[in-house]
Amino acid sequence: MVSFSAVAKRYPGGQEALKSVSFSLDAGELAFVTGRSGAGKSTLLKLIAAIERPTSGSVIVNGQNVGALKRAAVPYLRRNIGLVFQDQKLLYDRSVFDNVMLPLAFSGLPPREAARRTRAALDKVGLLGREKANPIQLSGGEQQRLAIARAVVNRPGILIGDEPTANLDAESAALILEVFVGFNQVGVTVLIATHDRSLVERYGRRVLRLEEGRIA
Amino acid sequence: MNAWLRQHRQAAIAALRRLGVLNTAVIGVALSLPAGGYALLENLRGMTGRLELDTQISLYLQPSAKRAEADAIGRTLRADPRLAKVRFVPREQALKELSGVQGLAEVIAALGRNPLPDAFVVTPRTENVEQLSAELAGLPGVAHVQADAAWARRLAALANIGRVAIWLLSALLGAGLVAVTFNTIRLQILTQRAEIEVSKLIGATDGFIRRPFYYMGLFQGAAGGIVALGIVAAGLGLLNREVRVLAQSYGSGFRLEFLAPGDALAVVVFAGLLGSLGAQLAVARQLREIEPT
Repeated sequence: MVSFSAVAKRYPGGQEALKSVSFSLDAGELAFVTGRSGAGKSTLLKLIAAIERPTSGSVIVNGQNVGALKRAAVPYLRRNIGLVFQDQKLLYDRSVFDNVMLPLAFSGLPPREAARRTRAALDKVGLLGREKANPIQLSGGEQQRLAIARAVVNRPGILIGDEPTANLDAESAALILEVFVGFNQVGVTVLIATHDRSLVERYGRRVLRLEEGRIA
Repeated sequence: MNAWLRQHRQAAIAALRRLGVLNTAVIGVALSLPAGGYALLENLRGMTGRLELDTQISLYLQPSAKRAEADAIGRTLRADPRLAKVRFVPREQALKELSGVQGLAEVIAALGRNPLPDAFVVTPRTENVEQLSAELAGLPGVAHVQADAAWARRLAALANIGRVAIWLLSALLGAGLVAVTFNTIRLQILTQRAEIEVSKLIGATDGFIRRPFYYMGLFQGAAGGIVALGIVAAGLGLLNREVRVLAQSYGSGFRLEFLAPGDALAVVVFAGLLGSLGAQLAVARQLREIEPT
């Protein structure tokens, strides 16, 4: 599903985020990416969604070489990838429901079907009762679950979380991880970046530990 | 196809919601100048069109000229191949015609004697009226020559200058419309920065993101065009109150007409297209810079 081979990423200005990273993630797998802040976790995830392009090496997602992807093809790659960020990137000028509905606006679904799917996604993250609220009224954990609902409403094959539990209390963090694991159980490939060792150890899943731009 | 239409409808609705009253008013006021000028010019053209534009030359004889001299001049004129028509207006007939004009009868009665000379009215075949006039003025016994249609020609020339001025004004204000729309859309893109970034992250195509802004430019321009027509209509309405008073004093029912339906539609369509152009320029410049990080 996702395959990195000898991927290096150097940002303009000379900062080398990844030196040489190789790994591959099978369809339906769940893995954690860990490492100190600045170890390159975010860069690794951004390369998968073509938010960044590799300086060298190849990133293959769904059989597509992301590094060589044309600009116009990027949106179609991203429609198969659900992205959840530490800052949820929610839109505060519209309701919870409309936030989740956003990715369906360009899916071409009939409005009734789009609304049905939106409710289903909200139901899966336990926010069905809050659909009319503004995201600003939600707690940190609820906002993160809202971001997950938006990421999965399009039924992507890959779900990516970049520090989705940072800034959350232990209970909310555990709940968020349960949601990710739940999607993995129905066949979604999941990759979560976190610096929280204890969370990772609790699940006993595959761990990609980044150290100085390489997988240790 | 259905989904495509739905997306366009959504983009159009989103654009309509964001339409600013102030920007529309600015565009409307700017466009009302050339549109109003054009309406006035069209009215002027209608007026000059009704006038006799065939040039006529009037030859006034010296008041002391005898009828025999007048006959001699008449023979010379009729023999001239450059003249299509020659009409003799004896001084008695001229006085009678003048007495028929409202208000002048009393003045003429007060004069006691006929102050008018005999005259010829000729219609030339040639275009070179100036030279012909000068030649005719040289005939013995002719006191004064006047080319009657000169003022009508001058009016037409003035109208042509006005037309060029309107085109210049339209071009300038059209460019202004593009600039105003460019700036509005640029600011709108900046305020929607977060939404655009998120849309790109979740797989919106560039076309999907651009669409509402194109519609916004189109609608804003067209709405400005409609406002301009409203201003022109209101302005002509105010002018017509006074025009009617003036026209009635001449016994005329003349009034300023609004733009023809085709012209009015052209104003709105053209304004819409210019707005859309401004939006495209802004979008091309601004949208690439907003990328998720």
